[in-house]
Amino acid sequence: MSASLASGSGGALEKAAADLERIRELKSRIAGMERTRLETRSIATLPAFSSLLPGGALQAGCAYSVGGSMTLLMGLLSGASQAGAWCGVVGVPEFGAEAATRFGIDLSRLVLVPRPGRSWLAVTAALADALTVVVTRPFERVGDADAAKLAARLRQRGAVLISFEPELLLAAPPTAWPGAQARLTVTESRWSGIGRGHGYPRERLVTVRADVASGRPRIVQLRLPGDYLGGTAPQAAPLLRLERVS
Amino acid sequence: MSALTRSIVLWCPDWPVRAALRKYPSIAAADPIALIEKGLVFACSAAARAAGVRRGLRVREAQARCPELVVLPHDPAADARFFEPLLAAIEQTVPGVQPIRPGMCALRARGPARYYGGEREAARTLLGVLAEHGVDDARAGVADGPFAAEQAARHPSPEPVVIVAEGESPAFLAELPVDVMGDAAFTALCRRLGLATLGALAGFGEAELVERFGETGLRVFALVTGRDAATVVPRAPQRALERSVAFDDGLDRVDQIAFAVRQTADDVIAALAAAKLVATAVTVTIETDASTGLSTGDGGERPRTWLHPRWFTAVDLVDRVRWQLQGVGPGTGALTAPVTRVTIAPESVDAAHHHEQGLWGGAPDERVHHALSRVQSMLGHDAVVTAALGGGRMLEDRQVLVPWGDREPEGTAARAAQPWPGALPDPLPATVFLPHVAVALLADDGEPVAVSERGFVEGEPALFAAAPGARPIGSAAEARRLARPITAWAGPWTVDERWWDAAGASRVHRFSVVDADGTAWLLIHDGEGWAAEARYD
Repeated sequence: MSASLASGSGGALEKAAADLERIRELKSRIAGMERTRLETRSIATLPAFSSLLPGGALQAGCAYSVGGSMTLLMGLLSGASQAGAWCGVVGVPEFGAEAATRFGIDLSRLVLVPRPGRSWLAVTAALADALTVVVTRPFERVGDADAAKLAARLRQRGAVLISFEPELLLAAPPTAWPGAQARLTVTESRWSGIGRGHGYPRERLVTVRADVASGRPRIVQLRLPGDYLGGTAPQAAPLLRLERVS
Repeated sequence: MSALTRSIVLWCPDWPVRAALRKYPSIAAADPIALIEKGLVFACSAAARAAGVRRGLRVREAQARCPELVVLPHDPAADARFFEPLLAAIEQTVPGVQPIRPGMCALRARGPARYYGGEREAARTLLGVLAEHGVDDARAGVADGPFAAEQAARHPSPEPVVIVAEGESPAFLAELPVDVMGDAAFTALCRRLGLATLGALAGFGEAELVERFGETGLRVFALVTGRDAATVVPRAPQRALERSVAFDDGLDRVDQIAFAVRQTADDVIAALAAAKLVATAVTVTIETDASTGLSTGDGGERPRTWLHPRWFTAVDLVDRVRWQLQGVGPGTGALTAPVTRVTIAPESVDAAHHHEQGLWGGAPDERVHHALSRVQSMLGHDAVVTAALGGGRMLEDRQVLVPWGDREPEGTAARAAQPWPGALPDPLPATVFLPHVAVALLADDGEPVAVSERGFVEGEPALFAAAPGARPIGSAAEARRLARPITAWAGPWTVDERWWDAAGASRVHRFSVVDADGTAWLLIHDGEGWAAEARYD
């Protein structure tokens, strides 16, 4: 009796497991159908972001959003720039060019439009026609229609848009770019090397959270700037040593 | 051996001084003037020479010999620029001029001598042309070959025209000192060997000179024996590529002017295309009603040179005119008076076939350029920039923004390569505030932390206040309201720059602060208040 019960319950369990498997499969098929693009081309991205971004890298024709961290933004640009792509930054006058070179961004292929004023969307669209990665800072709320128009342009050109908010405004709910594949923010940051009245901010451990369009948020800890340079150690190491000389 | 070219050489003595006088109209011609290059006298006026100033003297030595000496830098570009109208005037009279250097040019003698009825008459006519253009002490030499003719022009004689008869050149040259060769190392060697004149050199055979001096010997032998094989190679006449448009009543609206210069811009490009050229730099000159004539310096005429990353099209030219009128960038001002004339002159040109598109379209960079040009015509020339690394201790000095298409300022790369003790070590802050943002650093009791003259911190930093949106903090009350505890701080590092220069001196104390969110800030205290220079975010 007990044995038959056990076998019966075992059968129910197996059935439940099979159902679960089937549900998972269906879910992934639905997710696959719901994706904005079927076949996507990846843009070179630093390995530090591989577990944060859907598909493991920036996908051509997609939009992303970065909040509150210029370092994250530079990290996203870095891989593409090192692979020879042109990058553009619209509406971010605070972009630190020297720090960008330390992350491996090539200044000769970096174009800045620090103060586009009210025509920021037109400038972004114009740059998206020619550059591979375009960073823009929305000065006002983007309408769904504008975002869709820009998204069509991005898909056609195979460009990547990164919407950047320099600060996370806690008062207002953070407004991600409509249709962004992922939104990257720094949730925690711990500095080492600096104490109360001594030391120097030498390195930090950041927790990066990526809210992706479908699925659970992904959370990764990065050691900065070490993890950016890790993948490209041969080129990055001399850069660091050069700086220490002066 | 080819026949010798009978040549006329025209020489304007002290041409660099004359060019400098035209460049600086305030200096009188009778003053003793010396032009300096690399700390040595390059050229001097007759008055300076009378006082004992010579070419090659050190500046100090020259000033000691002639205390009232006017010392000016030598500008080779000005020499060439002011000589150009003279060349054009000579070309009008006799075609086929070869400029040798600014202040000296050569012509074939045969044609003008037959036309004007003799070599002397031809040379006098040409000197007359120069005198019309303000060079009244020019000299002419006629001889076999340009070298001998140059020496004839320089020959000290009361007569401005020196003619060495055909076949007499070797005898004429034999009398001259070896210094006329102009090769300092070679003439010094000749003097040490006891050879004072060209005749003494010519006394050796060709074989001996070649054996002793190699190729130089061969050239010298040809020159000193009057067998100068050089001929006069006339320059190609310059095509006039510049175009201008005049407005009789003067236009004072940018869009009107931009519309009116469209045809002119088309003409410039058409003229370039006809010559199979493209322009990579143009100078746009805008004359306004305030100017009384063509004289510069009264603010009525504003030239500016524009560079182009590729080459100019007509639309680009109209854009440049518009930007210059709108007062974008250095060297321009806003439109203040009606514009009477706009001139577009190609400054540097290149053969068009260097810039042709490939059969399958251009490089991807071309698309980038088109997109950026479109943004520039939307927002203005300096709205689209590329960054270059500069040198300095403060972060804003270390990045130089260069408008798309312009060259980075001279010396930027050299400054970046210099060591800058006191500059920030890695990691560098990614957000750099330009201008700095006023913030507050407070002690436990809510009072601002101060830094003494000698760099001592007065009060332990405990609270930090920064307004959202990189807005400066206005008042102490606002600072206290926004203040939040800090978790770590370090400093001060004092950056004391240009203390010897009262106007340019800056002395700031740098601090690093980590706020409650874990964001690190780079703060500076300039003796009065706190500001954020950068943020590690």
